[in-house]
Amino acid sequence: MTNEEIMRTVKEYILATFLPGEDPKALTESTQLITGGVLDSLATLELVSFLEQKYGIELQAHEVDAANLGTLTSIAALVQSKASARA
Amino acid sequence: MSLETLHAQLDATVRRSPDRTAVDDPGRATLSYRELGALSDRVRDRLVLLGVKPGDRVGLYMVKSADAIATIFGILKAGAAYVPVDPTAPPARCAYILNNCSVRVILTERRLEPALREEIGKLGNVPPLLLLDMDATDSLPLALMLDREDAAGRAPVAATADPGPAGLAYILYTSGSTGKPKGVMLTHRCGVSYVDWCSAVFQPTEHDRFSSHAPLHFDLSILDIYVPLKHGGTLVLIGEEMGKDPLNLAPLIAEKRITVWYSTPSILSLLAQYGKLARHDYSALRFVFFAGEVFPVPQLRAIKASWPQPRYFNLYGPTETNVCTYYEVPAQIPAERTEPFPIGKTCEHLECKVVDLDGSTVSAGDEGELVVKGPGVMVGYWNLAEQNAAAFLVDPDGTRWYKTGDLVVEDAKDGYIFHGRRDRMVKRRGYRVELGEIEAGLATHVQAKEVAVVALPDKDAGVKIKAFLSLKDGVKPSIIEMKAFSMEKLPKYMVPDVFTFLEALPRTSTDKIDYQTLKTL
Repeated sequence: MTNEEIMRTVKEYILATFLPGEDPKALTESTQLITGGVLDSLATLELVSFLEQKYGIELQAHEVDAANLGTLTSIAALVQSKASARA
Repeated sequence: MSLETLHAQLDATVRRSPDRTAVDDPGRATLSYRELGALSDRVRDRLVLLGVKPGDRVGLYMVKSADAIATIFGILKAGAAYVPVDPTAPPARCAYILNNCSVRVILTERRLEPALREEIGKLGNVPPLLLLDMDATDSLPLALMLDREDAAGRAPVAATADPGPAGLAYILYTSGSTGKPKGVMLTHRCGVSYVDWCSAVFQPTEHDRFSSHAPLHFDLSILDIYVPLKHGGTLVLIGEEMGKDPLNLAPLIAEKRITVWYSTPSILSLLAQYGKLARHDYSALRFVFFAGEVFPVPQLRAIKASWPQPRYFNLYGPTETNVCTYYEVPAQIPAERTEPFPIGKTCEHLECKVVDLDGSTVSAGDEGELVVKGPGVMVGYWNLAEQNAAAFLVDPDGTRWYKTGDLVVEDAKDGYIFHGRRDRMVKRRGYRVELGEIEAGLATHVQAKEVAVVALPDKDAGVKIKAFLSLKDGVKPSIIEMKAFSMEKLPKYMVPDVFTFLEALPRTSTDKIDYQTLKTL
């Protein structure tokens, strides 16, 4: 599982769930998801549930913030570190 | 001084229980009643020295904190009304509010100062600012600020003002359909009559620990702040970030042994769904109050399954009256029930009736608009003569009934049942949202030609907000760009969930925007 694969999967999920009708090219690795208004607090929790189920990880309360979930890049890094810690 | 003002009620508790904890700001500070009384006295003295007089307005533009609570009482003790402004909202919107009701002084945080000065400066004079360094760790930032000001010129002790029950106590700004927020003016009588009603019905004691979940510019905060402090209880502050984060909030409610919880249904749903509540001990909880929006029965059932022992109350009412009807949810929700619970019977300090479009009382059981009179009802909107005339039904003898805009029917057993709205206002996570305010915000986008916003019911989110735009020639903005633009122009809870671009918006035969068609797209 590479960072690129994780980012592709999460990108597809975010586009389908929170950005219906959006041009996929507009969502980049560095798009600000939380401060830019793509994910509100409810959407952030839905994303966390998706990540936990999809990758078999559990996020701690303090990990659910804009630093970890603010961009596709940071999400991929978080998933990688949680998955490798579990392995 | 009689107990007819909100600050007189606090001072009575300070004399009775000086050593009890008044405010607990988890991880940051606690204030005993003695400390809260003394700190608010110092704020009063400073404000009086700055020329604040009874009847003036003073801005409160800071995050919720023990200092913010002391500031509120300091403003009231100077005889002024406080105007709480959302520190997470766009600065231009905050500046509009503070300028609109011409506050005489603003207490704010240093980090907010540059943008505030710039935005208010565009509208007129910048009033004196008292700046708190919220990052200060060794002491309360408010005390540090007052020490600093005293070092430059000591504020003499001033007398606590008695504005009387008719004195203005606070102005809460809510979403306005014209695109600008409007200020709901509430007196000490409004606040005290409501606090006294809560006291009679719920019988709080000095052992109660009330949550303060709602932001200070939200009308739920009136119960949160003034009910426990009248009775010597403790107010447990829950900050903006913590408040919407069920993973961290769930253990905090348990650790702080909160006995009275009050919030919108949205956060209770989040707690039930994501809070892992089974891991914690909630045996202290006595009451769960919810308000601000309809609580879907499946979600209500979910929180009751996790928290079975407290009593649950639906507290209904607009900012203009605060809570005006209430309903206790039965201990066991019947398995077949799907429709939301009623808003219930009229609070005993008020009177309600249901009227038709002409203002005549409808026949028993017919749908009509709920109107309210009594000491809890607002004086009016700040400086909006036209809206004030439209807001009230006036009897021939001059009695004013506030028109809620909510359509209800009265049931002989359960009281009032909510049916919907007469206008384009919706509730989103408990916040009042005028769709017209979102339209006005989006219309300022350089590419926008036509804008229309509709709200649709949603199983999970309660309501989804959909924006439709037609564009001028040029580069089409992405949806992501429109969301980021909305974040700059509007409070977060007004950012549309969905954006759709159309060649042209559909029109009715009379050339008005066809909202019914848009709802089906």
